[in-house]
Amino acid sequence: MPREPVTPDPKGVNRRQFIRHLAMTGITSGGALAAALLLWERRHFVPGFGEKSGITLPSFSTGLLKTQTSLAVAHGTDRIATTRAAIDALGGMGRFVEKGDVVLLKPNVAFDRPPALAATTHPDSLRAIAELVLEAGAKRILVADNPINSPAGCFLKSGLKSVAIDLNLELIYPEQSAFTDLQLDGEILRHWPFFHRPFEKADKVIGIAPCKDHNLCSASMTMKNWYGLLGGRRNQFHQHIHSIISDFALMIQPTLVVLDGMHVLMSNGPTGGRLSDVRQVGSVVAGTDMVAVDSYGYTNLLGRNVADLDYLHKAHERGLGNMNWQETAWKEVRA
Amino acid sequence: MSCGSGNCGCGGQGGKQEPTENTPVTDAIRATAKSANPGPLTKAAGWIGHIVFADMRITRIRVIAQAFFFILFLFFVIITDLRYLKGYPVSLFLEMDPLVGVATTITTWSVYKGLILGLVLLLPTLFLGRFFCNWICPYGTLHQVTRFLFGRRDEQWNIEANRFRNLQQLKYIILVAMIVAGFFGSLQIGLLDPICLFHRSMTAAILPGINLLIPDTFYVKQYYHVGAWLIGLILFFFVGMNVVIPRFFCRTVCPLGAFLGYLSRFSMWRIERDPNKCIDCDACLKNCQGASDPHTQLRKSECFVCFECIDDCPVDAISFSFMPNKDHEVTGPPLPGRRAAMASLLGIAGYAVARASGDSDENFNKKVIRPPGSVREDGFLERCIKCDQCIRVCPTNVLQPTILEAGLEGFWTPILNMKVGYCELNCTLCGQVCPTGAIQRISIEEKNGRGGYEAQGPVKLGTAFYDHGRCLPWAMETPCVVCEEVCPTSPKAIYSREVTIRKRDGKNITLRRPYVDPALCIGCGICEHECPVRDHAAIRVTAIGETRSPERSLLMDGGDPSNLLDLGTRDR
Repeated sequence: MPREPVTPDPKGVNRRQFIRHLAMTGITSGGALAAALLLWERRHFVPGFGEKSGITLPSFSTGLLKTQTSLAVAHGTDRIATTRAAIDALGGMGRFVEKGDVVLLKPNVAFDRPPALAATTHPDSLRAIAELVLEAGAKRILVADNPINSPAGCFLKSGLKSVAIDLNLELIYPEQSAFTDLQLDGEILRHWPFFHRPFEKADKVIGIAPCKDHNLCSASMTMKNWYGLLGGRRNQFHQHIHSIISDFALMIQPTLVVLDGMHVLMSNGPTGGRLSDVRQVGSVVAGTDMVAVDSYGYTNLLGRNVADLDYLHKAHERGLGNMNWQETAWKEVRA
Repeated sequence: MSCGSGNCGCGGQGGKQEPTENTPVTDAIRATAKSANPGPLTKAAGWIGHIVFADMRITRIRVIAQAFFFILFLFFVIITDLRYLKGYPVSLFLEMDPLVGVATTITTWSVYKGLILGLVLLLPTLFLGRFFCNWICPYGTLHQVTRFLFGRRDEQWNIEANRFRNLQQLKYIILVAMIVAGFFGSLQIGLLDPICLFHRSMTAAILPGINLLIPDTFYVKQYYHVGAWLIGLILFFFVGMNVVIPRFFCRTVCPLGAFLGYLSRFSMWRIERDPNKCIDCDACLKNCQGASDPHTQLRKSECFVCFECIDDCPVDAISFSFMPNKDHEVTGPPLPGRRAAMASLLGIAGYAVARASGDSDENFNKKVIRPPGSVREDGFLERCIKCDQCIRVCPTNVLQPTILEAGLEGFWTPILNMKVGYCELNCTLCGQVCPTGAIQRISIEEKNGRGGYEAQGPVKLGTAFYDHGRCLPWAMETPCVVCEEVCPTSPKAIYSREVTIRKRDGKNITLRRPYVDPALCIGCGICEHECPVRDHAAIRVTAIGETRSPERSLLMDGGDPSNLLDLGTRDR
């Protein structure tokens, strides 16, 4: 077979290859050196300790003149009418919600229970407040809670989801990415995962709580309702429950709180479970000072002695509210 | 016989062989040795010099370097012991391992302390290629020696055994999968990185094994390691494979070799065959360590720069050249793009299914009690290279490699096993030798919350709990409280209350029943280790309450302020 002509093979690289190779090697070495020096971690740290940081909430309070009513109680038989009457007695929703506001409603949906058991915010409570807020000209309403039981089941079976669909409210589930660390100078609560997503858009915040007996802290009302804004290891809160609940009054200054006492869970709280645990009372309390609202609820709805409720005293002593509700500008109406 | 480049000038004139003896070094030595009336020292030096340098081939220098680094490695492993540690840089090999440096940089975006030394190997590789594999790597040396002692056969078999195989792709697949998983925060290179693997094998299998056969060689008291048999078996497998495929581990498995293989594409020097001189005898393959095809187009990524081919070439056609003809080389690793993509998917999917198993999150194991100074679990999986240096240095043998306690990702990472040992209060050796900061280099003051660290308090590893059904004073009318006696905190985390009970025979007995103060317990486990109920102690430590992770804390505020200890002043 004839051999193909052999062209002499160059010994080295050509100029272009040489420069290119030199540049590649140079850039890689320089890059590695620079990156290593830039990222060099020269000091150790002690895991679990050290400075922690997080967000704080702005105040959602609309401010209050001394002469304005800060606490209103309405008595009646129909939940929607009674709730409306209570808000009207405060001066109407227009006092709190401006046109174009995004309003966050925070119900207590902690458990997977039907409304009749009074363990969760009643759908009519949510409906009444949501309608008032919409009538006041709000652009959008958000509804959010981080329940103890599975969130989807809680919203569904408490009946709140159907209200949300009906009135086109935006339900925000406590998804993993919805939490941000909160920083607080509380008695116990300092640094904790917080259900922050609804607060990214909200201009106003209204808490809508049922009035319930509680096995550990005696009562779950509007202050305890904010428990549902926290994530993380909440089961540790029970080690310092009264300090934690009073810290909630420091954590958030809501626009308004509503305590629904149409039906009150009198025993076996906070879960209830039998209709015999529930008593018909027929009152709705609304106010801007949640300490005063809870103080009224504890005395007049649950019928207990306010001297026994530590978290009210703690919040009162720290100047986070006034537990002597009679001293505030209050009003009582009948629907 | 084909020679790859197509225009090699087969049958051209062979080069004249240069005598290798007349280097300036050997000349100088000879001159010294021959000088008139040499003193005995000079004479001896000349004699030794003659033996070492007389036939001064570069491969001989390489063997000396290999022996040096191998012995240095063994030296560091052996002195990683409280009795001998004197500030020697015992983790030097791990710190200089560039794969450890780069992989932890990918997982944490930081270069922890000594890992910056990875540059010492990384930068020269960019100029010289994978020289580490055949000049420094102690594990590579182990394989080469095994091959030399047990694996050599006739010349033709050796030549065939040292040809490139497609199986050599495997190491790139392993590397790519591990690096891709690294981007998600799962550091797996330690499973197969040769330095980590060799350290782990020495720690868990070889040294305790030797000590078992010849007592008192390495330990005051025999050390035991959970799963030592598996670590030993894997070592034996890789070493034994040299008989089937020379340097099987280095060529086909080693992720560090693969990483250096990727880097070597930038190298400016490489082995070059002069096709005009080559007689196509394939003698260069006789001792080729990397199976890099020096007889045709050199596979740059596979070459260990061992220089054996230069030695073996009968016509001097092979040299180590600066930027030789690009057409004579295969520049990059033999991993086609589609296979690389598949390897990436393997890394992503592997990470996802391993992490989704929940072993480091919701379903964390109570037995995963990490050494003092450990970062939280997700960070631990980003940093721990499973080298088991901490296990080697631990003075009580409490540190044990996991099997699956910490999940698949945490395989062979360290946990405390209180049945075997306990955490010594005034000891932070594990953090001192940890090269990657999985266990931070904390001081004893920082560990125990003393000397300026009172406000943050001690590092807790977990919390001790009583099992009343097994505790002698609680269940069996028998006095004991060894646990209270050995509890090292002050005030003691274990306290007891005196009770008088009527025994079965009707007589009264007064004994003390122990309790744990969870605010004071640091989870050191000496109570569990000293408990007379040896098989399943009546007091056991579990991971809950560890300071490193807030989601595994037990007490919200470090416990009730007690007048026993000024807990009220702590930043809790």
